[in-house]
Order: sequence, then structure tokens, then C-alpha cells
Amino acid sequence: MAQAMTTKEVTQKIIHREKLFILDVRNEEAFQDWKIEGEQFSYLNVPYFDLLDGVEDILDQLPTDQPVLVVCAKEGSSIFVADLLEEAGRTVSYLSGGMKAWSEHLEPISLGSLNETGADQGEVVQFVRIGKGCLSYMIISEGEAVLVDATRMTDVYLDYAQARQLNITHVFDTHLHADHISGGREIAEKTGATYWLPPKDATDVTFDYAALEDGSHVQVGDTQIDVRALYSPGHTIGSTSFVVDNRYLLTGDILFIDSIGRPDLAGLAEDWVGDLRDSLYNTYRELSKDLVVLPAHFMLIEELNEDGSVAEKLDVLLANNHGLNIEDEETFRKMVTENLPPQPNAYQEIRETNMGKQSPDLEAQREMEVGPNRCAVR
Amino acid sequence: MQTIKTDIVLDARGLACPMPIVRTKKTMKTLEPGQVVEVQATDKGSTADLRAWANSTGNQYLGTIEDGDVLRHYVRKSSGNDQEAPAFQQVVNNETVEAVRGNADTLILDVRETAEYAFSHIPSAVNIPLGELEERMEELDSSKTIYVVCRTGSRSDLACQQLDAKGFNVQNVIPGMSDWKYDTNQTV
Repeated sequence: MAQAMTTKEVTQKIIHREKLFILDVRNEEAFQDWKIEGEQFSYLNVPYFDLLDGVEDILDQLPTDQPVLVVCAKEGSSIFVADLLEEAGRTVSYLSGGMKAWSEHLEPISLGSLNETGADQGEVVQFVRIGKGCLSYMIISEGEAVLVDATRMTDVYLDYAQARQLNITHVFDTHLHADHISGGREIAEKTGATYWLPPKDATDVTFDYAALEDGSHVQVGDTQIDVRALYSPGHTIGSTSFVVDNRYLLTGDILFIDSIGRPDLAGLAEDWVGDLRDSLYNTYRELSKDLVVLPAHFMLIEELNEDGSVAEKLDVLLANNHGLNIEDEETFRKMVTENLPPQPNAYQEIRETNMGKQSPDLEAQREMEVGPNRCAVR
Repeated sequence: MQTIKTDIVLDARGLACPMPIVRTKKTMKTLEPGQVVEVQATDKGSTADLRAWANSTGNQYLGTIEDGDVLRHYVRKSSGNDQEAPAFQQVVNNETVEAVRGNADTLILDVRETAEYAFSHIPSAVNIPLGELEERMEELDSSKTIYVVCRTGSRSDLACQQLDAKGFNVQNVIPGMSDWKYDTNQTV
């Protein structure tokens, strides 16, 4: 019997740049659309239905000097194929839970303490949704925690907070998400925390929320760990950034490490391109260059730092990020309104879910989020 | 809910991947070439997988109907006789059929399986599967010119020979639906 490999183990191999050979047995279209990415990973895609009669034809394409992981959509077919390979004398693993679990895996990575001199070692933890490239944040100080852009895997945050005996007091969404279903409202309901949303993105929502506006701020713990909102529209009209303790800049979907936000997911690219430019070229440039940018997404696995985190100093991005270095406004307008990548799967349904207008069951939520993240333009 | 007549119905509801395809593959072996199976499944991934599997094995994926939580997939087993050269001599191409489609004395007869017809057919075409033609011939208006169409021209060739022998005025359409570029209707 083939052994299971967990999504956490695969994540560790990505972070540590280890080798892994992935035999992906989903259909070709699914594989082309979205797969497990790792710098040292290599791939073979053969649909499971081509292997029902045996695996002899692919044996010589599978290496014996590195681990082999069989991957499918939900696990069943990968177990089937992995067992055939074991019967043929190979040692292989299958991905526990398949791509469905991969899409949902969150890896908490501490970015270190905030207040190095103070008695309290405040901390920012980045939750890396490695399979989809979504990043969410927990800002911690003195037994209190604040969440930003939480995913629908709410148990991960709640369990993490419980294990560290943290009381979640505020939950923020930087904007109304179109690429993934927010867990913010649910976490707030379960913990009694305040749920904040930018009012300009929330005109159609069906629930109560606290208005997140420019200058809104909360304190985490009793010391000076300050979380301050900075209005930075462009991806959506309400998009808001956060400055945390004058150390970190949480940019939401406005600025990424190697790309910038796209203004079209609510169908208003032409209207919002000016806002996007203003946020990137004026608002951010007035901030301290030493701030460390923490975006809500990464696009490429190469953007991961040595420790698996996604973070870079603002002055480095101002110098290197192509989207921050387009002098001509018309060129910029063209870049963010033309030749955009395909829109995320089911993005309209996801927006309506995040507005509270739809309440799909878990299986439907998973279906809506299938596939890669597509929130950026380069 | 409309039901489409098929040769066999495979119940793969509640089964997770890879079982719907494993069962389909097994069922296909029991079918005659050209016969159609309805595969009932609840696994959402089965649509894309069944389509890809059918394409890679030479079988014909016809389409899927969503019926609540149940996905009804229709697949036709590849028919061996598609390669045979047509024997019936009166042949027209797709363009001709499109040109005469609206004429009062034109009758378009689609002799593919009901499931194939249901997912895509020429507007105004009537459907009598080749296997039922012998017993249903009297449904056809013998005063009209009958343009007989199938997927590639093979089944329609056999149909033309049958109809011609009974005195109908027939034309075989080649290639037929596999290369039909004009309007189609769907009855699912």
C-alpha cells in the first residue's frame, strides 16, 4: 500500500527547495490550468483513466532517485494509481486529500516579533495558502489577535489562536474579494470580534459590519501595536491597506511582490485605473521606504523567501516592481486594462457569496475556488 | 425531466473518482459498436474526465445533462464501420443541405442515436435511429426529397440503401454532423 503524503509535508518540500517528482493523474486540461508548483519539482501528467489497465508504460518515466508523489483531484484516483505502482515494485506516495486539500492548505509562518525593544513581543503571522497563492495575516500582541483577509478555512485561524491562547478582537477584509471566499464574517461571528469592511465595497452586502475607512485604527494588546487603515483604491473602489506598527504595509490586492493588482474584477477597469495609479504612485510613495510590504497574494513560487514567507521592503519594490515603474500614464492604463489574464473561476459567484447574497454549501464553495489565483497583472 | 433513450444506463451515483470511469469502461466492453450508454454520476469531476477519456479512447462523448445533483453523461461506443467507403451513389455535401433546408419538398432525416440527436441537430431534422428505420419507414413522407444525415456519412449510407430499396427519393449527406458549421438545435 502506498503511503500518504500530507499537504503540510509537500509545503515543507517547497519551502526547503527539495526535489519531488509529481505524477499528476488528473485530466490534461485540469493539469494545464493548475498544479502544485515547486522550484525543484518535476512533473509527468498521465490521466488516471489511461492507467486503468496498468502502469507498465510509464514506469521508465518515473525516477527512482527522488520521491514520487501521485496527485489527483480528490485522492481516490491517486491511491488507485499509487497502489498499481507499488505492485509494480515502486515506492511512491499519494497526496492526502488531493488538489482539493492542496487548495485549502494554510501554512502559518511567523514573520518575527514586532516590538523588539518592548516587553511584549508582538508578532505578525502570515498564513500562506500555498496552493492558491492567497496570503492572510494574524497580528498578535499580549494575548490579542487581529486578522486580515482570512480565508474560508476558519478553523485554521481559530485553532491557531486557541493553541496560543489568543483572543481575536478584530477581523478585517482589505476589500470585497473576487478570487476566494472570505472567512472574516464567520470568524467574527464565532469569536465576537468586530468585522470590518470598506463601505465602498460593501454597498450590496446583506450583513452588518464596521466601516473600514482611511485612518481607522485599532490597537492590539495594551501596548503600541497599532494597525492603521490607509485608503488605497484601484483593485476595487474600497481597497484599503494597513500600516502595522510602522513596520509593515499590508497592501491587499493593490501591490504584490512582482506584480500589481488588476482593476477589472468588478467590471470597472476603465473607471478604477486612475485610482490604482494614484494608490501605487502617490499614496504608497509617501510612506516610509523601510516598511515591509505584505501582499494578499503571491503569483510565483519564486516569490517565497527562504523561510517560506512572502515579504519585501517597499523601497526594493519601488525600484524593482515593473508595475511601479511605468512613467507614462497611458502605458500604465493599457497594461492594466488590456491583455488581462483570464478572470478567476466563478468570480461573480464568489463576490456575491462575500456580500452574503449567496450561501453555497462547502462543496459548492470548493468548486467556486478551484484553480489558480489570477488577481495580478505584470 | 426529459429522458433520452439509450441502450444501457449505468448507475455510478455516489461513487468517487476513479470508479465512474472504471465502471464506464467495463460497461463499454459489453456494448456493440455505435451503442450509447447513459452514465449517471454525482462526482462533479466526472464530466471533464469522461469527456477526456472518451476522446483518448476513440469513443464519442455526446454531452451531459445536469439533473439536480445527478450528472447524466451520454457516450457512444466508437463504431468500427465509420471508415468504410459509402456505397450509395447519390451524395450531397453539407452546403447543399443548408441551401435546401427551408424548401417545402425537403425532408432532413437524422439517423443517429437519439442521444446524439438530442445534443445537436440540424433545425427541422427528424430523428429515426438507423436501428429503428426498417419498422418506422412509414413515418416518412415519400413525396419529399429525403436528405439523410448521420455523423460521418456511414450510417446514412446504409439508411439510404434501405430507403432507396423501398422507393424513397434519397440523398446521402457527407460528411454530416461531424463537420456541420451551420445552425443547430438542441432538445435537452
